[in-house]
Amino acid sequence: MSDVVEKTLTALPSLLSLDSHPGSAKLSSTSKLGNLIRGITELTSKHEEEKLIQHELLAIKEQVSSPNTTMMKELMVRSIYCEMLGYEASFSYIHAIKLAQQGTVLEKRVGYLAVSLFLNESHELLLLLVNTVLKDLQSTNLIEVCMALTVVSQMFPKDMIPAILPLVEEKLNHPKEIIRRKAVLALYKFYLIAPNQVQHIHNKFRKALCDKDPGVMTASLHIYLQMIQENPEAYKDLTPSFVTILKQVVGGKLPMDFNYHTVPAPWLQIQLLRILSLLGKNDQSTSEVMYEVLDESLQRAEMNHNITYAILYECVKCIYTIHPKSDLLEKAAKCIGNFVLSPKINLKYLGLKALTYVVQQDPKLALQHQMTIIECLDHPDLIIKRETLELLFRITNGQNVTVIVEKMLEFLCISEDDHTTIDLVGKVAELAEKYPLKYNEWFIETMNTVFSLGGDMMQPDIPNSFLKLLSEGFDSVEEDRKLRLFAVNSYIPLLRGEPGKLPQRFLQVISWVLGEYSHLREDLEPAEVLSLLAKLLDMKNSSSETKSWVLMAMTKLCKGGADASVTQEVSETYSSSLDTVLRQRAHELQYLSQDPELRARVLPRGSCGNFAFVSEALAAGAAPYKPPHQRQEELDQSKALSLEPYGLSLPISMSSCSITDRQSPTLLSMSSGLSGDTLKLDGIKRVWGREGYLAQREPVEEAAQVEVPSPIQSPGRQGEGDSLHSQTPTQTPTPEPEQEKQQLASSLFVGLASQSSVSLMGKSEPMPQRFRRKAKGQGLGSSFIANEQISSSLISPPSAVDNLLCNNLLDSNNASELAEQTSQLSQSLTTANGTCHAEAELTESDTKGCNPALRRDNCVVAAGPGPHNDPGRLTEVCLDSYLPAELSGLSHSEIAPLCANQSLNLSACHVQKEDSLILVVFIMNSSESAIQQIPAGEVTSYSVAVGQYSLTVKRPAVHVEVVGTVSYQLPAGTSQSLQFSYKVPLTSFIRPFVVSTEEYGTMWLSFSHDTKQNLTLINDNQEPLTATLNALKKKLQLHVVEVIGMEGIVACRLLQDLPCLMHCRVNAGWLAVWLRSPVPDLPDCLIYHCQRALQSL
Amino acid sequence: MIKFVLMVNRQGQTRLSRYYHSVELSRRAALEADVVRYCLSRKKDQCSFVEYKDFKLVYRQYAALYIVVGITDSENELSIYELVHNFVEVLDKYFSRIMFNLDRVHIILDEMIQNGHIVETNKSRILAPLTTIDKMVDS
Repeated sequence: MSDVVEKTLTALPSLLSLDSHPGSAKLSSTSKLGNLIRGITELTSKHEEEKLIQHELLAIKEQVSSPNTTMMKELMVRSIYCEMLGYEASFSYIHAIKLAQQGTVLEKRVGYLAVSLFLNESHELLLLLVNTVLKDLQSTNLIEVCMALTVVSQMFPKDMIPAILPLVEEKLNHPKEIIRRKAVLALYKFYLIAPNQVQHIHNKFRKALCDKDPGVMTASLHIYLQMIQENPEAYKDLTPSFVTILKQVVGGKLPMDFNYHTVPAPWLQIQLLRILSLLGKNDQSTSEVMYEVLDESLQRAEMNHNITYAILYECVKCIYTIHPKSDLLEKAAKCIGNFVLSPKINLKYLGLKALTYVVQQDPKLALQHQMTIIECLDHPDLIIKRETLELLFRITNGQNVTVIVEKMLEFLCISEDDHTTIDLVGKVAELAEKYPLKYNEWFIETMNTVFSLGGDMMQPDIPNSFLKLLSEGFDSVEEDRKLRLFAVNSYIPLLRGEPGKLPQRFLQVISWVLGEYSHLREDLEPAEVLSLLAKLLDMKNSSSETKSWVLMAMTKLCKGGADASVTQEVSETYSSSLDTVLRQRAHELQYLSQDPELRARVLPRGSCGNFAFVSEALAAGAAPYKPPHQRQEELDQSKALSLEPYGLSLPISMSSCSITDRQSPTLLSMSSGLSGDTLKLDGIKRVWGREGYLAQREPVEEAAQVEVPSPIQSPGRQGEGDSLHSQTPTQTPTPEPEQEKQQLASSLFVGLASQSSVSLMGKSEPMPQRFRRKAKGQGLGSSFIANEQISSSLISPPSAVDNLLCNNLLDSNNASELAEQTSQLSQSLTTANGTCHAEAELTESDTKGCNPALRRDNCVVAAGPGPHNDPGRLTEVCLDSYLPAELSGLSHSEIAPLCANQSLNLSACHVQKEDSLILVVFIMNSSESAIQQIPAGEVTSYSVAVGQYSLTVKRPAVHVEVVGTVSYQLPAGTSQSLQFSYKVPLTSFIRPFVVSTEEYGTMWLSFSHDTKQNLTLINDNQEPLTATLNALKKKLQLHVVEVIGMEGIVACRLLQDLPCLMHCRVNAGWLAVWLRSPVPDLPDCLIYHCQRALQSL
Repeated sequence: MIKFVLMVNRQGQTRLSRYYHSVELSRRAALEADVVRYCLSRKKDQCSFVEYKDFKLVYRQYAALYIVVGITDSENELSIYELVHNFVEVLDKYFSRIMFNLDRVHIILDEMIQNGHIVETNKSRILAPLTTIDKMVDS
């Protein structure tokens, strides 16, 4: 930016801040605010300030209640000032509202301003403003209308929106642009706080988008950005409009006053680019519409000004988000190069940020700039350093992880900011655990540093997953032993040193590990470990949680004999502790140390396999564990009384039995808090951490096993995948003379080369998190085509539990069918965007159901006269007949074609069964050649394979999208894949839920997630409430429990057993609906569908 | 998204603050003090963007006055940096004839940023409502 402008502005601060500037004193001598500000500026201590402000507030309070209106505005501004400094002036709130109500123009504006500064959205006084707003909206004075709209778009009570909505809508047609613009912004606010209220005026948003005034159009983009973020599919048709707008803006078609430093409406350009990138993401045809304008934007923005760089940054981000086009990518990459090489530090920062984003798609780019990155790593400015680490984090692979972690730890040592520490510690732990090849001394040392530096701030799941990892071990017993021994070896000196300096969490980890594994070190006497542990108990700063861990470790270690004195002493001290947990532990210690036999039975050595106890019990026929909420629901459904008050006791009873299964207290409490499926995982190794954790991890070996990488992945993960994939060390020559940097570079950027055009263009990535190390579920087959082996691995990446559960199911069902057939077809389903989890399971019945369909041979050929030329038509004509027999009687959705290539045609439909939703995928072989290579002669060409999957929703969303890949191998050896996605509305998963009014009442109180909304009533001849409820019942499969007068109660469940209750009341021409459910988001999604259902009538 | 806009002097005293997400009154003073400390400690040749807790600060200095904007990570730092300058240019345009008023700066800011989003950047349109009010008051 130009220095000239900067200089002309240096006069400004004196105006603004009234610092001891000669001019300002003169200017503000008449104003009391000026006096106040000057007074405060001259003060030296906080205490004096407080005194002065309190005095000021008293004075204001006195004057404000006297009916001297001429002073009001001044007083209000002084109150604003006092509040701004942190001193509450609540007495003036009501006066602010009065001022907005009664004042003259400027006073009114200040009144509104004060209200918007003083009150928050839920403040009850805000209700008093509604009438004023109503009045001003109807004013003939445009400036008053303007003010009312401004305050409405800043804050307005949600419940009162219907009162002013018609007036605001009306303003959309106002002749003045400013009124239309502000009306759009007000509607945007309504959309933010109550999206359902403005759903009926979506077409008016479109009108605003097409408004002849660019300002109104700009305002409408806020709404569109928001809506497109939520559901890009619904607005794809607008892409050409956004492109045209951007083209016009870039081409300088806007009036001159929209320019900022000769750049046309830069912030508008940025907004449009953001919208385009959302629309073009994972969508080739939509992306193609925007290539030209993106290219133009890149070219136009070549002027040397900050704001053009800001646009460029957004443009580059967009280019790397949408479906790739090579020459654009090239230009964008060059652009990033200019950024990172810039001597201007702000640009460098932005360049690094862009690079961080981009390397996820194309890790190779980091190679080009490796020397710059290394320089940035040593940059004196911490923020640059920090951003560089962020970049390195994204390009970490098995080969460079040690160097990158080292750099991160270096930064951790100098960082003072807690938030940065927590973030970085989390990242280091994630990296350390991510690369199984590194599970050795390095791993332990790194984790030790993480625990010491991260202290007690870090995420609690870090120590948990570390311990879990250590206890579950890996493939090799010997390796496990070495790792554990190394941990023990590294902890002993720490305890001998100054354990008082170690964070509590670390001490807990140490205690647990020593309790479990110190026996691995043969030269170490248990007595010594015991005394080291006992020392921890005596430390002043040990928390009682740590003490409890220590006591448990001691219980595991004590063998009687020589150790007895230490344990005796400790247990005596703590058996009278006021802390019940400690007392419990002390008693356990006492009894078990005296009774070696009992101890051997309760704590058998080496039985630290995680859920061994559980799996044994399960095998013996015990019922699987269900979490409290699930049990609660089942109880509700079995018409028992609600046992809610007892729910609390559960974790306590769990932890009191913890000693029997040798679990750490935290692990236990964690597992009891997890969802019900957890304990079914026995036998599956390496589930660590909670959902989010697993999703971020990508094992190296598995990447290779996955035959066809699914291209449908969030771009945020692609870089990792690519970098993991490639193992070729970098060979890029660099002219940099410094050998040291060279070395660092080669160690940092190792493994990033190769993969060039593929990763650029294909955006491919191995399946994330498919199977952890032991890869149990690989290649599970089911034969739904007579001679083809189909391996189906069904995954839903965000949830480890689902994932493994599926694999397990598949394992048991189909593993035996793995066979020697020539063609292989593997199909994988995954859910998109991580918003909803569709858990798919392939049931036995599928196989049965499918075979007959297949044996129907040439049905397709027979039906269509020209099958060779028109496979698409075939799909429509005949697929119905391929529906598995047991489903054919049920109503199914229209069979929709999904996608096709030269050899396969995919179609799908869903069938609603009483207790499940079945997704039926039709895989039609449309190629002659492939068929000929299938050995068995009875399946001729153009046959159809049918797969069916039972879907359930883990986390509700308005629409559930199932994404999958069919990968198959031709006998010739070429493997191919076909990806598809299929969308199912949530309503397909809704079933009536039959309950009595009493049960309804009990459940109602126990559900925690709710939403309220007004719906339109149907006014036909019938009684409106009954009519509306019946319509909903019909459309959404709800169960109307009872209708009493003006109220009705309705219940439904989301498959399988997630209830949602609905309470409806007729109120002032609306149907006030209140939904409650134990499932987050379910009420919101359901209300959306209710609204849609009523609208479509 | 923009979280807040602050104007502070070199002594660290707040001259103007506007929050676009709810922050309790009692926590504001501490947050502002923290933010100012971060920005004041930085040298001229250092980056104008700072990481602070889970958001970023974009700051710009005009003589003794600092303007600090708190933003989320998804925001474009450089565009905010220039937005600050646009804001200052608007203030310059307006206050060249009228003396400083806390309320008027707020009114101008309200025209530019709402709910944490940039809603207007056209200088004449930003000032239109305010100048109209001024005219009405004068007459």
